[in-house]
Amino acid sequence: MADAPGPVLRLIGVRKAYNQGLPNEVEVLHGIDLALARGEFCALIGPSGSGKSTLLNLIGLLDRPTDGRLLIEGLETGALDDAALTRLRGRSIGFVFQHHHLIGAFSAAENVMMPLLLDRGWPQDGMRERAEALLERVGLARWRDQPVGRLSGGQQQRVAIARALAMDPPLVLADEPTGNLDTKSADAAFDLMREFNQERGTTFLVVTHDPRLARRCDRVVEVVDGYLVSDVGVAVPGEGSAPSRTLPRQGPKGPWIP
Amino acid sequence: MTRFLPFEVIAALRFLREGRMQTGFILAGVTIGVGVIVFLSALLAGVQSNFIRRVLSSQPHIVLLPPEEVARPQRGGDAGVFEDAVVQRPAQRLRSIDQWQAILGQLRAMPEVATAAPVAAGAALAVRGEVGRSVTLEGIDPASWYEVVRLPDYVTAGTLRLTSTDVVIGIELARLVGVQPGDRIRLSAANGRDAVLTVTALFDVGNKAVNERNVYVALRTAQSLLNLEGGVTSLELTVRDVWDAEAVAQRIHRLTGVRADSWIATNAQFVTALNAQVTANTVIRIFVGLSVALGIASVLVVSVVQRSREIGILRAMGARRGQVLRVFLIQGGLLGLAGSVSGSAVGAGTILAWHSLARQADGTELFPLVVTGSLFAGAALLACLTGVLAALAPALSAARLDPVVAIRG
Ligand SMILES: Nc1ncnc2c1ncn2[C@@H]1O[C@H](COP(=O)(O)OP(=O)(O)OP(=O)(O)O)[C@@H](O)[C@H]1O
Ligand SMILES: [Mg+2]
Repeated sequence: MADAPGPVLRLIGVRKAYNQGLPNEVEVLHGIDLALARGEFCALIGPSGSGKSTLLNLIGLLDRPTDGRLLIEGLETGALDDAALTRLRGRSIGFVFQHHHLIGAFSAAENVMMPLLLDRGWPQDGMRERAEALLERVGLARWRDQPVGRLSGGQQQRVAIARALAMDPPLVLADEPTGNLDTKSADAAFDLMREFNQERGTTFLVVTHDPRLARRCDRVVEVVDGYLVSDVGVAVPGEGSAPSRTLPRQGPKGPWIP
Repeated sequence: MTRFLPFEVIAALRFLREGRMQTGFILAGVTIGVGVIVFLSALLAGVQSNFIRRVLSSQPHIVLLPPEEVARPQRGGDAGVFEDAVVQRPAQRLRSIDQWQAILGQLRAMPEVATAAPVAAGAALAVRGEVGRSVTLEGIDPASWYEVVRLPDYVTAGTLRLTSTDVVIGIELARLVGVQPGDRIRLSAANGRDAVLTVTALFDVGNKAVNERNVYVALRTAQSLLNLEGGVTSLELTVRDVWDAEAVAQRIHRLTGVRADSWIATNAQFVTALNAQVTANTVIRIFVGLSVALGIASVLVVSVVQRSREIGILRAMGARRGQVLRVFLIQGGLLGLAGSVSGSAVGAGTILAWHSLARQADGTELFPLVVTGSLFAGAALLACLTGVLAALAPALSAARLDPVVAIRG
């Protein structure tokens, strides 16, 4: 990936309302401003129902904001049509979900090469090699031809992480990637993401409920009731303390104190 | 994962393989449906060609007759009520077709006419010793008439030869009057003239009435027996497309003014029955096709619901709506195609087995085998198309899935 100037991701006043125009219309995100720099490893935390997944879906171009601007590597996404969004999503964003979400009809290696296959339409030279190299990198070379159903939960999540990196996207979004794993597997999966982040400079935005893991990120962004309430740099070993700030709550209820 | 297939085909094959049970059941269903269609179509084609063979082997496609010679049903006071079921030619002096050489030339010049031959025919009595049978005396010109009815193909005894002193008769008549090839037989016309001729050959056209009634002599012999010197009572012809015979007959009538009867008009009842069979077969095909389509559609609807999460994840990974749509359309097409291949095998196998087991009373085949490649190709193409069409609704619903909703499950 060439170093793109400016942030990988930029949100300006992003709002999201569900059931727009209906009597049960509800605004879930109330004007989010956020920028992620290249190579950042950022945790997104917040209580259940605060809008973390909603925000991730918007950033992942799976859904559109009702208001505000969303830029991926400087590209304004609001003007893009469905097909262009899909193409941008496939090339620029990797996903890791809580439940691994592999495609059961394919082997581990085939799952990893799936984003490449979808992008090109046909199997091509190098795709399989690239998928196998990624599998080797996540320690699953032996399992490459196994149907993914035979793998353990932790192994499946590692396949999913490898898959998210298949297109070498600038940004990877992970929604509670370790939420379903035991501590050991969770640590292994988290370590992998961290390593990819450091090796390739891939930007990560990781939703987590685990304070232990959040503490290991460069930065922690907190969302409560649809407001971005704090944005804190975390001490990274060897780098000293990053700047930390607590944002004033913009809502009607006054500042939220953790 | 082969590199010669696009993502859509690979995914379709994998999804079908993963859903073994559903795929197996629907394949069995499609196989049965296509098998029924192939079996029925082959059977109908066989019966049809059998019918045509039987009717047309001993009959010209079109007969031109002078007006007086036309057989007419005798009608009573009420229009349409037949008083006499047996339709006979009116008793009258035989008349020749005027200008028949000119008309014959005209006919032979028509592109839709294959062959045409003059015939001098009339009633006669075949007598051998004490036994006499009334017969239809057919005076023919062998060279042209054998092109209309392939008499040489039906000869079962003796050698076909028709000089002015020869006669060829059917096996049935030969049995009734007790003659063999080489024997002599006396033919007496209604006008009192008669001749003693040598039986050179016996024929069997597969039609008992013809085998019993028709006797063939040289045109000249018939003309002198029937007191028709230089004249003919009918012109008989074959056309290139047997199903076009009626249209050609009407064209000939307009062209020459001579009455022209096609085999379709003279066998109207048989043709109607045949058309009814075709209609019934078409209706069965449509309904079997529909139930195959509905079966494929319902399997794919279930599959889309089961896979909605996977569809969502594919969309998140950059799958375009069109790619998702095609994955399911191709599944439908593949189910149709695979089912039609096995269905064709089952249908053909059944008809082959039945053909070899079922025999007529005399041991000959019940119907000729008409199992053509185009039948299979047609079935495969149609089943493929049916599958794709059946997959349309589920494929559209898959393509329209909102990935957010699908992934959240
Ligand atoms: N499709 C929808 N229609 C209406 N409301 C929705 C919809 N999706 C989410 N919401 C609501 O939006 C709010 C935020 O949901 P979201 O899933 O983003 O929260 P979250 O922070 O991811 O929660 P959790 O930690 O439990 O995953 C919730 O109140 C939820 O009920
Ligand atoms: Mg969530």
